[in-house]
Amino acid sequence: MTDQQTTALSTMLLCLADDEYIIGHRMSEWTGQGPIIEEDIAFSSMAQDELGHALGFYTLLHELGADDPDTLVFTRDASAYRNSIFTEQPRGDYAWSMMRQFLYDGAETERLGALATSAFEPLRDLAVRMLQEERYHWMHNATFVRRLALGTEESRLRMQSALTEAFPFALGLFEPYDGEELLVAAGIAPAEDHLRRRWLDRMCPLLEEYGLKVPAHRDGDNWRVDAAPVLGGRQGRHTEHLLGILDAMHVLRSADPDAVNW
Amino acid sequence: MTDDELLARFEARIDRGEKIEPGDWMPERYRSGLIRMISQHAHSEIIGALPEGAWIPYAPTLKRKMTLIAKVQDEVGHGQMLYRAAETLGITREEMIDQLLTGKATYSNVFNYPAETWADVALIGWLIDGAAIVNQTKLLLGSYGPYARAMERICFEEGFHLKQGYDAICVLMAGTPSQRAMVQDALNRWWWPIMMFQGPRDKDSVHSAELLRWKVKIKTNDELRQEFLTKFVPKILAFGLVIPDPELRFHEETKEWTFTEPDWDEFKRVIRGGGPMNKERLGVRRLAHESGRWVREALDAFVREGRAA
Repeated sequence: MTDQQTTALSTMLLCLADDEYIIGHRMSEWTGQGPIIEEDIAFSSMAQDELGHALGFYTLLHELGADDPDTLVFTRDASAYRNSIFTEQPRGDYAWSMMRQFLYDGAETERLGALATSAFEPLRDLAVRMLQEERYHWMHNATFVRRLALGTEESRLRMQSALTEAFPFALGLFEPYDGEELLVAAGIAPAEDHLRRRWLDRMCPLLEEYGLKVPAHRDGDNWRVDAAPVLGGRQGRHTEHLLGILDAMHVLRSADPDAVNW
Repeated sequence: MTDDELLARFEARIDRGEKIEPGDWMPERYRSGLIRMISQHAHSEIIGALPEGAWIPYAPTLKRKMTLIAKVQDEVGHGQMLYRAAETLGITREEMIDQLLTGKATYSNVFNYPAETWADVALIGWLIDGAAIVNQTKLLLGSYGPYARAMERICFEEGFHLKQGYDAICVLMAGTPSQRAMVQDALNRWWWPIMMFQGPRDKDSVHSAELLRWKVKIKTNDELRQEFLTKFVPKILAFGLVIPDPELRFHEETKEWTFTEPDWDEFKRVIRGGGPMNKERLGVRRLAHESGRWVREALDAFVREGRAA
């Protein structure tokens, strides 16, 4: 790999790792607070998976020369985080969290599917392992989104409003990052635009089947989006919601800066 | 068969070490005693998720964060298993949760104290889960089949909780002076709630005798407390920690511990809702329950209207 490719790969890994870490953090906010015990357990379980994926990506990044995972996670300021603004949004009601997870895991499934054929072998191996877990996320999320979208009038309204609100944010998952074209040319990573198209093809018909109105319409073979994507995360621009997460994470370490181990 | 004959047969089965199963004849007080105990146990797991769960966002490393989520998830899972075990006795999960939220049911007092620092989280994992294991390994031998079987899996998972708590304490005790001080401070605050964890002294315990005969309980509260001390005091002292009870002593000749009695009036006060965190804990549960109502209604409607494929 050339130096430029390594830099681009590190940038992409940081985007993915930060997405996984931040959404894992948000999901764990349901631990002990779920609407039913079974969902409490499911969200805790998926949160651990996402944090585990984050650890996998951070570890790979570390092997490419970056700091160790804990240093990366616990010492960076918000502007150094590359997660999409989507993942840092507050957990909201259960409809919002469930819809976010559905949209996010749909994107992750597409991305990992593409990375499973990456020319960079360590990334390929990691993606194959993660995909196995994502299969369960997908089954869980699709089951619940369908049931809640078709359940009662209230649940339908909540799911619709979650979808309408979340959709522009979700598009931010496909925001271009620096060096993307180098990785695409080398067969290391898929083009974000390609992922976005596959994601729209996967998600939009399903959501319509569940009776929800998607902020997009068919245009020939493609889906044309009727909402402006919320971008910025991949360039280190964030909402204040990320600050809240990072503040909490820094509390113990900043109270005792001499402590080496926790 | 008369009730006396049924009872004699029931007790003979228990004496032979047989398990009682859901459809079997059982005295009403066995059933109600079990429901009270199992549901209280389930509530303790659900409420017990809160003090540690509150620390998940603050966990100081990736590993600790993932471990803590897994641990709290287990507790919630134990709650689920225990509610199911209790349901085999003719009460629904909804009824039990209602009893919890309306303050009719009780749960372990220990969760009505605040987890003020990160060391509290470590100490809870080590000593409170440790105390729970002392109880629960006995309940494995209990006479009611569904409860005893739930306990097998629960004990297995509690073993992991204990290890992660102990590991966190080890790291803090090998750390900076302020990390060590944080552990000592946690021990100072939690010692007395922990000493009350096994419940009132035998001479003040209202339910014990009959439940012991029927192997709903296996050991008395005092016996469990002694066993906890034997198991954990040496480990606590090995860290160089100071137990805040100058009267705590082991007597070789009787193989028993003597100690300052915890404040049993406080115990009663907290059980009746007067602990530092009772309102907060139930408040969080009530809010979660109310906010989740639309989800439960939607899932019910989906099934009722035959959409479940």
